Amino acid sequence: MEPTQSLVNFSEKTTIKIALIGNPNSGKSTLFNALTGLNQRTGNFPGVTVDKKMGTTRLTDEVTANFIDLPGTYSLYPKSLDERVAFDVLCNEDHEEHPDLTIIVADASNLKRNLFLVSQVIDLKIPVILALNMMDMVERDGDRIDLVRLSERMGVKVIGLSARNKMGIEELKGAILKPLTVPSYDFIDVKKIAPEVVERVKSVIKVKSDFMAFQLANNLEDPTGDIRSKQSRLIADALNTIVVDKNKLQSLESVERYKVINRIVEECLTRKTAVQSMSFTQKLDGILTHRIWGYLIFLAILFFIFQAIFFLAAFPMDWIESMFIALSSWATNALPSGELSSLLVNGILAGLSGVVVFVPQIALLFAFIAILEDTGYMSRVSFIMDALLRKFGLNGRSVIPLISGVACAVPAIMSARTISNWKERIITIMVTPLMSCSARLPVYTLLISLVIPQKEEPGFFNYQGLILMALYLIGFLAAIGAALVMKWILQAKEKSYFIMELPVYRAPQWRTIGLTIFDKVKMFLWDAGKIIVAISIILWFLSSHAPGNRFSEIEKKYQPQLSEQSNSEEKLKSVNAAIAAEKLEVSYAGILGKSIEPAIAPLGFDWKIGIALITSFAAREVFVGTMATIYSVGDADNTQSIQDKMRAEINPETGEPKFTMAVGFSLLLFYAFAMQCMSTLAIVYRETKRIKWPLIQFFYMSALAYLASLVVYNLMK
Amino acid sequence: MKVKLKNLSQLEIGQSAVIDSFTDKAMALKLLEMGCTPGEIVKLDRIAPFGDPIAICVSGYLLSLRKEEASTILVSSLKQKI
Repeated sequence: MEPTQSLVNFSEKTTIKIALIGNPNSGKSTLFNALTGLNQRTGNFPGVTVDKKMGTTRLTDEVTANFIDLPGTYSLYPKSLDERVAFDVLCNEDHEEHPDLTIIVADASNLKRNLFLVSQVIDLKIPVILALNMMDMVERDGDRIDLVRLSERMGVKVIGLSARNKMGIEELKGAILKPLTVPSYDFIDVKKIAPEVVERVKSVIKVKSDFMAFQLANNLEDPTGDIRSKQSRLIADALNTIVVDKNKLQSLESVERYKVINRIVEECLTRKTAVQSMSFTQKLDGILTHRIWGYLIFLAILFFIFQAIFFLAAFPMDWIESMFIALSSWATNALPSGELSSLLVNGILAGLSGVVVFVPQIALLFAFIAILEDTGYMSRVSFIMDALLRKFGLNGRSVIPLISGVACAVPAIMSARTISNWKERIITIMVTPLMSCSARLPVYTLLISLVIPQKEEPGFFNYQGLILMALYLIGFLAAIGAALVMKWILQAKEKSYFIMELPVYRAPQWRTIGLTIFDKVKMFLWDAGKIIVAISIILWFLSSHAPGNRFSEIEKKYQPQLSEQSNSEEKLKSVNAAIAAEKLEVSYAGILGKSIEPAIAPLGFDWKIGIALITSFAAREVFVGTMATIYSVGDADNTQSIQDKMRAEINPETGEPKFTMAVGFSLLLFYAFAMQCMSTLAIVYRETKRIKWPLIQFFYMSALAYLASLVVYNLMK
Repeated sequence: MKVKLKNLSQLEIGQSAVIDSFTDKAMALKLLEMGCTPGEIVKLDRIAPFGDPIAICVSGYLLSLRKEEASTILVSSLKQKI
C-alpha cells in the first residue's frame, strides 16, 4: 500500500454515523437487527418515500453508534428510487445521512457476485469495513475463505461473521472503534475507461476518487428522468460537449471489475466440492415449483393462513373484548354520569377497543408474510406465477405487492418499485388496493360473525373462515380482472424485466419476524389508532349533540311516560331506548347519514350504515369503531359487545333483524372493492407523481363497489 | 478456433455452457451486476410451469429470468472451455 493512505479514528467521537449497505438477501437486515435490537425506528428519507431504518447501539460508555440500513442493491447503478437513495447517501458528502463509516455486508456463500458491489463501494474511497456474513454456510459446505488474504487484496478490514447465529457481532463492534485506513488503491482504473469524463467532472466538483466522478457522471438523472441536484446540473454542463454512452461505460467497468474479482476469489476461496449446498434447495424447488404441486401448495398455504387468522386469533380477541367491556362498565359505574363519562366510555373507550381488538389478527398476518419472505419462498411464488401474471399485464414480481396488499396496501404499493417496467408497475399499483388489506379484516370479521351462524362443533375448519377466504379470493380476482382491462387501455413500449435472485431456502428467523410484527403492530396502533380515536371522538360528539334544542324537545315528549308511577323496569328501559334512538336520528350524525341515505338505500344500507361509510372514508377499520359508537349511544349500561348490539337492531319496515344476509353480503362486497383509504391514495400519488392515477383509482374502485353491492343486495333480498 | 454459439434459452435442463457475450446492451448491464459475466459457467437448473421463466445456476447461486432475457445471452459449449 502507498504511504499516503489516511487514517480515520472514531474512538474519540461520541457518536458515529454508520451506514449498512449490501445485496438483497445478504443478511443485511439480520445484521442490522443483531446490532441494534429493539432500538430501531423507521422514518423517511427527505423528499422521497423510501423507508429509512435507523437504530442505535452503545459501543462503549462514551461512544454511541447510529446505524442506518440502506436499501439493498446489487450495484451502484441505481435503477430504482430505493437504489438511488443508497447511491446518493454514499456518493454525496453533503447528504444529511452521509456516514462516517460504511459497513458493506456481503454473503460469503455467494462471494463473487457480492464482491461486485463491495468493489464499487471501496472505489468511492470512503471509510469502509467489509462484514462477510453467512460464514456458517461456508463452513457447513466445507469451503474455506482466507480472510487475511481477502483483506489484503481488497485493501479494507474484513470481519467474518454470522448474523443469524450472532457470531462475530462483538468483533465487528470492536473493529468500528479501531483506527481504519481509507481504501488506498483503486480496484479498477476508470480513467482508462473514460479519461475525458473523469477529468471534466473533477474540474467542476471536488470528489474523493476517480470512480466517484465516473459514477456521478453516469448517474445524473433520477430513475424518474429528472436531474435534480445542483451538483448534477454542474456536471451535466461540464459534459455537454461530449457523448457519454452510459451503458457502454458501465458494461466496460463491470467486466473489468469481475476480472479482478475472479482473481481475488480464486486466491481466497477454497472449495471442497464443485457441487454446493444447493442440493437441498434444489430438491425443495422440485416440489415447490412443480407444475401441479407448486400451485396446490401455494393455495394450501393461503388456506392455512386465512383459517389461522380466523381461528387462532379468536381467543386473544375474545379476551381483549371482554376486557374492554369490563373496563367500560367499571368506568360507567365509577364515574359520575355526565358529558365527560359519556365521552370517555362511548367515545374514547369504544373507539380504542375497535383498534386494539384487531392486533392479534394483524400480528398473525404480518407474521405469515414475514415467514414467507424470510424463508425464500416468496420468490418461488413469483417464479411460478410470472407466466400467468404476464398475461394480465402484471409481472412475477407483482406477487409481492399483491400478497403484501393483504396486509396493507401502503407498503405493498411501495414494494412495487422492484418492477422496472413502467406499465407493469402502474397496473400493479392500480390494482393492489383491491387485495383485501388488514384494515378490511375487522369489517369482514364483524359482518361475517353477524350474518353467518357459528357452527356448534369447534374445529379448525369453519364456515366463517371459508367466507373470509372467499372474500380474499374475490379481491384477488377483481385485481386480476382490473389488471386485464388496464393492460388493454395503457400503452407502453418499454421492455419488461424479470431478472431475480432465487435465494437458498433458510429456516425463518424468529427474531426478525418478531421485530417485524412489533414494528407493524406499533405502526397500526399508532397510525391507524390515532385516526380511529380522533374520529370516534368526533363521532361521539356528532351523535350525542343536535342542532337547536331538539334533544330537550324529545325528552319533553317522553317526560309523561317516564314519570308514570306504574312503570316497571322493563318499560323504563324500552322508553329510554326509544329516546336514544330518536335522539340519534336528529343528531348531527343522523342528519349526515340521512343526507346520503337515498344514494345507498338501493344497496340495502340505512342512514346508520351511511354514517359509517362516511367516517370510514379516511380508513376502513373506522367502520367498526363507528358502529360501536353509534350503537353504544342507545345502550346506557354498555355491557353488550358490538356484535350483540348490531344483532339486536331491528329494521323498522320489516320488523326483522336489520342485518340480514343480503345486507351483510352487500356491505361485505362494498368494503371489498371500495377505495376507502386516504393513506393509499396519498402513496399512489407519491409513487406515480401524477394526480390522475389516485383519482382514476378512487373512481373505478368506488364504481365497482357500488355496482357489486347493488347486484348482490337485489339478488339476495 | 471458431466456436459455434447458441443462446442460453436453448439449453436443456441440467445442461451447462459458458457465457460468451450479450446481444442487448441495456440487458447486459443488468445481467453483469447479477454475476453473469463472459467466461462464467451457467447451468439451466429448471423451467417454470408454462415453460417460462427459467432458473439458471450462475456464480454459485440461482437466478431466474425470462426466456426472452435468456435469449440475449450467447453461450458456447462447455467442452471447449475445459
